[in-house]
Amino acid sequence: MCTVTPISLTVGANRIVPTIAIPHPLGNPALDHDEEKKLRRRLVEKALKALQTPIDDQTIFE
Amino acid sequence: MKLELGLIHVTDVQFGPESKIEGSVVYLNEEEIKKIVLEDETIKSVKLDIARPGESVRITPVKDVVEPRVKVEGRGGVFPGWTHKVDTVGEGKTNVLKGMAVVTTGKIVGFQEGVIDMVGEGAKYTPFSKTVNLVLDIEPVEGLKQHEYEKAVRLANLKVSTAIGELARNITPDEVKVYEHDTIMEGIKKYPDLPRVGYVLMLQSQGLLHDTYVYGVDAKQTLTTMIMPTEIFDGAIVSGNCVSACDKNPTYIHENNPVVEELFAQHGKTLNFVGVIITNENVYLADKMRSSDWSAKLCKYLGLDGVIISQEGFGNPDTDLIMNCKKIEAEGVKTVLITDEYAGQDGASQSLADADVAADAVVTGGNANVVVHLPKLDKVIGHIEYVDTIAGGWSGSLQPDGSIIAELQVITSSTNEQGFGKLSAR
Amino acid sequence: MYKIVHYINQFYAGIGGEDHADVPPAKMAEIPAVSKAFNAAFKGEAEIVATIYCGDSYFAENTDKALNEICEMIKAENPDMVIAGPAFNAGRYGFAAGNVAAAVKAQLGIPTLTGMYEENPGTDYKSKTIIVPTKNSAAGMRDAVAKMAPLALKLAKGEELGPYYVEGYMYTGIRKNLFEEERGAKRAVDMMLKKLAGEPFITEFPMPNFDRVAPNPPVADITKAKIALCTSGGIVPKGNPDHIESSSASHYGKYDIEGVQYLTSETYQTAHGGYDPVYANEDPNRVLPVDVMRDLEREGKIGSLHRYFYATVGNGTAVANAKKFAAEYAQELKADGVDAVILTST
Repeated sequence: MCTVTPISLTVGANRIVPTIAIPHPLGNPALDHDEEKKLRRRLVEKALKALQTPIDDQTIFE
Repeated sequence: MKLELGLIHVTDVQFGPESKIEGSVVYLNEEEIKKIVLEDETIKSVKLDIARPGESVRITPVKDVVEPRVKVEGRGGVFPGWTHKVDTVGEGKTNVLKGMAVVTTGKIVGFQEGVIDMVGEGAKYTPFSKTVNLVLDIEPVEGLKQHEYEKAVRLANLKVSTAIGELARNITPDEVKVYEHDTIMEGIKKYPDLPRVGYVLMLQSQGLLHDTYVYGVDAKQTLTTMIMPTEIFDGAIVSGNCVSACDKNPTYIHENNPVVEELFAQHGKTLNFVGVIITNENVYLADKMRSSDWSAKLCKYLGLDGVIISQEGFGNPDTDLIMNCKKIEAEGVKTVLITDEYAGQDGASQSLADADVAADAVVTGGNANVVVHLPKLDKVIGHIEYVDTIAGGWSGSLQPDGSIIAELQVITSSTNEQGFGKLSAR
Repeated sequence: MYKIVHYINQFYAGIGGEDHADVPPAKMAEIPAVSKAFNAAFKGEAEIVATIYCGDSYFAENTDKALNEICEMIKAENPDMVIAGPAFNAGRYGFAAGNVAAAVKAQLGIPTLTGMYEENPGTDYKSKTIIVPTKNSAAGMRDAVAKMAPLALKLAKGEELGPYYVEGYMYTGIRKNLFEEERGAKRAVDMMLKKLAGEPFITEFPMPNFDRVAPNPPVADITKAKIALCTSGGIVPKGNPDHIESSSASHYGKYDIEGVQYLTSETYQTAHGGYDPVYANEDPNRVLPVDVMRDLEREGKIGSLHRYFYATVGNGTAVANAKKFAAEYAQELKADGVDAVILTST
């Protein structure tokens, strides 16, 4: 899970989930606590989905 | 646009009863300088010191380095948006106190502050071992937040540098350098057969404590744009940066941007120096995409044949660098990149976080991970205890005998990515 | 007079071709023509005092054993440096020459040099020894000796070689700092002028090739999976007990989160010096999502959250170090029965 997905592609990660920003990949300080946690959950769920998806090549799960 | 830089060669700085310049010596009244710093109510106290080339002195943790300048003729004043109101600079005459610098230190604000050694192994790597440095050791009031402290220290340096620059207003320079920048139309007419070359200047803008200001504006809130090269010499770009000391650009280096100088040196001879594009290095991917798209768009629009791209910092800005390179090359504009490397202490690791085949012409400022041993020096200005925590140091970097074993990273401007120094790697 | 040992294969030892490639290592009674060619080029400054050969097939099939024997023989001669080859485009000879040169340098600390054609698979050793590019067949022997001999002499004398593009050996990929005549900005403008004119120029930093690994198959049943969290974002217990460096990390930390429902600013922080730490320090879940993982665990959406998380600082940290960390803790994760890992980066 990372913000700068081009680096993840360059270095060879296979299942890539884009995140929010470098200093807070899984959060957004502009949101209130509950909203922020919901956002984080959506991102983690996306990662779980990525883990369950068969892939042949490097894939970004938008 | 024509700017004349009048260089006044400074060989020493001394404290004295009256602030003045006599011959090549700058005399400063200590109390006057302190008063300027203490105008800021977030600053509790300041200590002044002078460090000269060859003296057994270490300055750390270094925040910013500034060269005193004064606008003698033409619009505006140096450091527009800070010590002078916003007005377009870059034209007329500016006097420069060449050979001295104002250095700020103080309790650490972030992780990433530097070391300047005036003698020995460390002195080989920092350009500021060759300048006479007035050092301001600034202590904030209790409870001041890190970023407010950084701002206070930044402003203090700019104000003091401006005041010292004022002393040079009526001095006849020892040497005058003329920089004339043609408009697009003039350039085409004058040099129809020379290759059109530009400069993409990347500014660190990763957020709090990792910022650069242009005419007072935080670069992270800007879109990629253009600046006249002579504006840079008048202090239009100011560092507010606490990234690794080796490859952040102190304000001094912006004022003396070496790429701009070298392009001016070739202008009208081997190339036509068309202009400078400034772009940022933000933390959001969308910003990186947008800013690099914009750089490429401007390069194409200006009809450039080639651009030099200089980076600031490392890690995710490597991606900004590679994006700029790829997109600009895709527009048919040739690129040369200036970066530095993090190849591990043994030099065996990959140097950059991102890479692309389009980046086939790269100049490097050296491997910042290389370990250096800095001898104990007689005097420390600042706070030696932070050496273990600054970027490039580790727990135990400060040896019991007072020497330092740390990565080159800790030394201010050692691997500068505007190509200020001669260090490289192969 | 500097002493040099020469390593060659059975063919150059005059024993025979492919049908004799299975001979074990041995020292020659008298040095062969190829060694004599080097001696001539040394002009009395150095001498090949012993030539050791080994059959290429024997070496390929008994690599460790052959290497040990060869290293022992070389050690006994106490040379100032060792030359292997040149192997030209002979693949197994290149493999042996590269291997011997790398092993002697690493194990005996003696400088080594070999030569081969650019496409020889033995060039894989170019980061571990000095390899001089040669022509692709033995017809290029005279040329190879002329290029290799001066470098061999320098190495025998204990001198440091200049950069690869000056000395003519292959790029090693090992980065070494040096001071140039001109500052970087001037070098960049000069390089630009060459590039624009279509003239040859040498980049100071050839772009690296990064690793690729085949993707793992998907997790079959995520509701039964044990999932671990790892991060390069520097999340550590408050106070950074393992002193992970803010930049260029030399190690990683392993932290027990049994019973921890979410991370708080009182108990965790970031050690990372490369990004604004305010947000991560305020709420470390923004980098390491323990809170959400616990919710998912409670709701049965995942099997369980692994008891330990692993963290390091990815700021200016050498890729080789990062790789070493992961190789190490991946074994622990496997041993602990972890089915999947979510790795967050900043």
